[in-house]
Amino acid sequence: MQTATQPHSHSHDHAGHDHAHHEPGFFSKYIFSTDHKIIGIQYGVSALIFLLFGFLLMLAMRYQLAYPGQPVPVVGSLLQKFLGDDLAKGGVMQADLYNSFGAMHGTIMVFLAIVPILFGAFGNYVTPLQIGAPDMAFPRLNMASFHAYFLGGVIMFASFFTPGGSARSGWTSYSPLASVTDLVNRFDGQTYWLIGMVFLITSSLLGSVNFIATIIQLRCRGMSWMRMPFFVWTQFITGFLLLLAFPPLEAAGIMQLMDNLFGSSFFLPAGLVVNGTALGVSGGGSPLLWQHLFWFLGHPEVYVLILPAIGIVAEVIANNTRKPLWGYKSMVYATMSVGFLSFIVWAHHMYLTGMGTKIATFFQTTTMMISIPSVIILTALFISLWGGSIRFNSASLFALSFLPMFGIGGLTGLPLGFNASDVYLHDSYYVIGHFHYVVAPGTMFAVFAGIYYWFPKISGRLMNETLGKIHWAGSLFFMNCVFAPMFIQGFKGMSRRMYDGGTTYFLGVDPTALSLNKMITMSAIALGLFQLPFIINFFYSIFAGKKVHSDNPWNATTMEWSTPTPPPHGNFTSEPVAYRGPYEYSVPGSKTDFTPQTQKP
Amino acid sequence: MSDHSSIDSSGHEAPGNDSHAQDIAGHINTYMWIFGSLLVGTVLTVLMYYVDFSSMAMTVAVALFIASIKAFLVAAYFMHLMSEKKLVYSVLLLAAFFFTGLMGLTLWGSFDLPTNSIHKTSYVP
Amino acid sequence: MEIPYTYKARPDTGLYNAKVGIWLFLASEIMLFGALFSAYILLRVSAPVGFWPETALAWPRGLLNIPIGTFNTAVLITSSVTVVMAWASLQMNKFNHFRIYMVITVLCAFAFLGIKSFEYNDKFSHYVVQTKSGKPVTGHIEVNGKHPRFWNFSDQWTLARLTAENVKEISVAVDPERDEHGHVKSHSNHAHENRTIATDDIQFLGSYTPATHPFFAVYFLITALHGLHVLGGALVLAYFAFPGAKMWKDNPQQFINRIEVGGLFWHFVDLVWIFLFPVVYLL
Ligand code: HEM
Ligand SMILES: [Cu+2]
Repeated sequence: MQTATQPHSHSHDHAGHDHAHHEPGFFSKYIFSTDHKIIGIQYGVSALIFLLFGFLLMLAMRYQLAYPGQPVPVVGSLLQKFLGDDLAKGGVMQADLYNSFGAMHGTIMVFLAIVPILFGAFGNYVTPLQIGAPDMAFPRLNMASFHAYFLGGVIMFASFFTPGGSARSGWTSYSPLASVTDLVNRFDGQTYWLIGMVFLITSSLLGSVNFIATIIQLRCRGMSWMRMPFFVWTQFITGFLLLLAFPPLEAAGIMQLMDNLFGSSFFLPAGLVVNGTALGVSGGGSPLLWQHLFWFLGHPEVYVLILPAIGIVAEVIANNTRKPLWGYKSMVYATMSVGFLSFIVWAHHMYLTGMGTKIATFFQTTTMMISIPSVIILTALFISLWGGSIRFNSASLFALSFLPMFGIGGLTGLPLGFNASDVYLHDSYYVIGHFHYVVAPGTMFAVFAGIYYWFPKISGRLMNETLGKIHWAGSLFFMNCVFAPMFIQGFKGMSRRMYDGGTTYFLGVDPTALSLNKMITMSAIALGLFQLPFIINFFYSIFAGKKVHSDNPWNATTMEWSTPTPPPHGNFTSEPVAYRGPYEYSVPGSKTDFTPQTQKP
Repeated sequence: MSDHSSIDSSGHEAPGNDSHAQDIAGHINTYMWIFGSLLVGTVLTVLMYYVDFSSMAMTVAVALFIASIKAFLVAAYFMHLMSEKKLVYSVLLLAAFFFTGLMGLTLWGSFDLPTNSIHKTSYVP
Repeated sequence: MEIPYTYKARPDTGLYNAKVGIWLFLASEIMLFGALFSAYILLRVSAPVGFWPETALAWPRGLLNIPIGTFNTAVLITSSVTVVMAWASLQMNKFNHFRIYMVITVLCAFAFLGIKSFEYNDKFSHYVVQTKSGKPVTGHIEVNGKHPRFWNFSDQWTLARLTAENVKEISVAVDPERDEHGHVKSHSNHAHENRTIATDDIQFLGSYTPATHPFFAVYFLITALHGLHVLGGALVLAYFAFPGAKMWKDNPQQFINRIEVGGLFWHFVDLVWIFLFPVVYLL
């Protein structure tokens, strides 16, 4: 029906264009490329490296929690050598180093790893292919966005080596803490952090403008809104989240930068006393203002972390159950509602900041409202499995285990959303358990599913299934061993962000809660080891994986599989047209169990 | 109205044909009027500063009222928002809504403070 | 395949790519400046009593130079008109008019920035002196016979520095007296009266810089960010007027689109100023 309104007017002659013919040099091909596929790979590789780095930071912290006061094995002497005695005397992690690693673990994982993988890598590579576009709407902006991201990453990484070490006020960077970490050297790790964030935010803003414009403008003929694959929908909504939620944090970041460098008091109250001496600031600022501006981004950001992941899972599930998604339209509308509501729930992170009951109730209500569409999406995905003949390959195993893991993550959010129960649970390990269930076995599993699923399109080779299944089984088991005990620790009153796992601050915590630390740390190490099959598989398959025999090895319906493998510059060999919906699997009466979108009726 | 005619018809209409040029000439008249009104508005804003409105709320309201009118003129005519496509309106509406939410809820949050604390004295920031 | 709709409009949206892009970008700019304005309002209304004026009547009202601000407003409005005129000239196929209007726009932009830097300069060397005995005094100060220079941050004076360097007194060229509305008193002569203040009598000394009061922090932050937008916009428009104008020959429609998009950004910068001016200069 909408086909008639679709454009079909780009018929002007391209005979004169020859830029596809000459080989670009190394720099223009890999560093200054404007091709969305290359940029996607650039994002993917950088983000995977940051992911590994963030994981290693966390391992060092976990070791400290389980074995307080003991030198970090293997890397202890390196830490001491590079970071100095103040931070790692005798290879033992000192409190400042713990805080610094903690802050950087969160920052790197959220802003440098997960978002770039989901939005920068998968988004860039797959979105234009799935809507039948030759590239992004603004290719040079796309390149600029990657460069800003990369620079931001370099700045963040460099901050470890500044005198005094990197930022250590948490990934949330609360003022006034963040403005008083180093009163002498104002150009400290925190300042680096803020400048890095400004780059990362700029990158996301450029990216989101580009994504939204691409999806609105470059859908091919016949690709009406309701024929877009669900993955594209999630990218579209995510684009809006980034576009409208990030600027306030950019503003806040610049304000905190001024507090640190020019001695202003945006977030500093009057009469601030640090270590017994009064700070000579004018005061008159509001620490809560930072929290509002931070969480105005912060909550939409968690949906940035999960929506594209749900999109990937939906693609993989539809393909491997050989069935259309159940309730595609309700999923689309639910995603829109989630996106919309996520802008007005932010203060559920601030229940304990001394807010009145009326506004707390407001935010509690919106938080409960947002869980409804979230449940709709998850339920639709569960029902999609019903009656399917499921293919259990690595991609689909990861996608399938995403569902219960994300379910646990979401459900444990509800007690946090009620302000009465959050008073007890806030800032405890329960919160850590909650959000890691959503991002680690949740989003990360979707990322793995996506890698196994799209790898053949990108490289022309399949990944090894045996190694993939080992990777999956080990990850699933040990993820749960790491994060499930955290709920117990939280219930028993163990606080987050505490050096030594609470032994130094011991506040009547049940000792069994602390004893779980050893088990968690061991599981985390095992979890790390089970990533080795993946890393080996990844590099092995690039060079020696089994070659695919068709452009569509999974017998999928969406458009990225109608391109050559790997897709050339400009993506499609002839103008693609979408004749049908995205998930026409097992259509009764059809010869095959899948009908590609590009197949003429 | 027909600002976009040359664009809507996918560039078939060469810029600078006669009826088109007349249209634009009409616009220029409007632009000049708006230029005048903006300058008058600016002078008015400044004059209001010297008027004593006795209450801060009133002063703010008057200043913002004049500024809003000026902003409306710029947005509606210079930025052609009078006759723009639906898509542009929806994007702006979203931004306006979330901006209101940000400002409104943040302000509400800083005034709705807990009462009846266990310390029996009310909290003074 | 080539990227479609780079200059033609897509039939179902009625827009070409860049126009979608610029409006999305402006939406995010609304959130950026919106957050800054929200911060300003929040800081002002929730500050401790007496820290900011509760009414419009007291310090820091009237700290900024209103005539100059008004003039700058007019400059920016003019540039907004000329940029739309430049676009209209292209529509009428009058390329030379286009270029003239564009040049005026860019000149206005730099005039605006020049005037703004003059204001900044003045603020950096302007001080507020709170004496133990009386009302705060504002004006340019002289320490040991020298004016502190604004570009040298280490040359800023504070009470702590006066004490540390054992300065006994400073001389202040006091600003004209203001009535309780913040207006310059009509009977006060506009010449600056010189007053000498003993260091012992000073309770607080600070220049008109972000560290002295959140008002200045807000003022400098928002105007500087706005200034950066003016600078960026001016550079792009200057590019369109000269090197970028080659496109007018090859693809006039795309060139007109570019001017339209650049103009939209420029009008937005003007819009921000329309609110910024009353909010920081007059309220
Ligand atoms: C319906 C689902 C959800 C609800 C009701 C919910 C609720 C909450 C609440 C109330 C908190 C604050 C707890 C506290 O600090 O005391 C919180 C924290 C958090 N949530 Fe969720 N959440 C949900 C889904 C998600 C999702 C999908 C993600 C990410 C993909 C996520 C990531 C986080 C993160 C990262 C934090 C911790 C922030 C920090 O303090 O560092 N949540 N959640
Ligand atoms: Cu939240």
